[in-house]
Amino acid sequence: MTTYVRDVGALARKDLLLELRARDTLPAMLLFVAAIFVVFHFALPGTPSRLETTGFLWVAILFTALLGLGRAFVPEREQRTMDGLVLAPCDRSAIWLAKSLATLAFLVAAEVVALPLYALFFHGLDGATVAAVILADLGICAVGTFLGAMAVVTRARDLLLPLLFLPLAMPIVVGAVGASVVDSPGRYLGFLALYDVLFAVVCWASFEYVVAE
Amino acid sequence: MGRTRIPLPALAVSSVVLVTTALAFVFFVAPNDQTLGFSQRIFYFHVSIAFAAYACFICGAWQALRHLWKRDPRADLASYVCVHQGLIFGTMVLITGSIWAKVAWGRWWIWSEDELVLFLVLYLFYCAYFMLRFSIDPGPQRANLSAVYALFGVVLIPVSFSAIRLAKAYFHPQVFTLHGPNFGGWILVTYCIAQVAMLVLAYTLYRLEIGGKRLDVRLRRLREALA
Repeated sequence: MTTYVRDVGALARKDLLLELRARDTLPAMLLFVAAIFVVFHFALPGTPSRLETTGFLWVAILFTALLGLGRAFVPEREQRTMDGLVLAPCDRSAIWLAKSLATLAFLVAAEVVALPLYALFFHGLDGATVAAVILADLGICAVGTFLGAMAVVTRARDLLLPLLFLPLAMPIVVGAVGASVVDSPGRYLGFLALYDVLFAVVCWASFEYVVAE
Repeated sequence: MGRTRIPLPALAVSSVVLVTTALAFVFFVAPNDQTLGFSQRIFYFHVSIAFAAYACFICGAWQALRHLWKRDPRADLASYVCVHQGLIFGTMVLITGSIWAKVAWGRWWIWSEDELVLFLVLYLFYCAYFMLRFSIDPGPQRANLSAVYALFGVVLIPVSFSAIRLAKAYFHPQVFTLHGPNFGGWILVTYCIAQVAMLVLAYTLYRLEIGGKRLDVRLRRLREALA
């Protein structure tokens, strides 16, 4: 067990270090989310209500996450390090877990900027929305990283990830938007947590087959 | 899969007989609905096709599991053919559901109709399955990724369904309640015949397609051996 945690830590640290040195994912996500808010302002005529802008916040989060997820396995592909990772004497699900944690770190870092920016541009945020963001992030990163690993071995590559990911992300959007707009968000937050646990278990159990030749 | 299988011609004949019987029952035996009138008869096909599509998707996931678990070399093709048939039946669900929505509510698309929205999500999901499958070269990796994605499908069905229920007020005419089907007599008989007909039709189409695909593989092997 401790070996597993150490493996995951080492692999996640590698991704974070790579990002710290190359800086190609996080700045792109930050710029994208800021630009998309500006686009939303001009796409919403009149004074949009809180309900409408909440919906757009979730679209922005989902697409920003997609941008980060699309980049997640690019270093492995370009440097051809995936074979090395698969051959490494660690459980293969550790690769998925570490990559998910690294992607989660990028997404949270992007949101730390994006949410205050949203509050500044549109409407204030309440605690339920922040809780929904955290729970949704877990699901987005778990499922998205898994599908990213699948998409990267195909010919279509980056093109395929949104197609694979968006139908699976529909329940996340329902839970997250529900939690942000209703008065008693407990049910929706519970649903998000259930989604996270369910899909994390499925991804964790089946990742081996994605990377095995 | 059993060793002894029903021959394909027998299956084809029985599906023709069953679908014809179902059509006859739907149009001549089942009574008119009190509120929706004659148009309600499309329900017999809409619902039975929907269940046949679910059966195909679940069967596809089962074969995917067999591929990953037992390493059955035939399971990958079987899983793909099941999902393909499911997608064909899914298209029919969307079309019949759309017609029903137009007649019952006056619009071609109703977001508050849970089943229809669920099928739209599943449809997009399984279309992506084909995109995934056809952008990987044939081989063990393609089989593995397709199988894993098909397994995600059966997890997605209940999760999406509860998501849609959470998101929308329940608007679909409630056919099944906790007290059993709230329709009886000829309606139930007609529905059961239509359901059996659609399941047999789906199985016949599955056998036809997989037979063709296997023949194709054998032919290719023979050609390679001769070349």
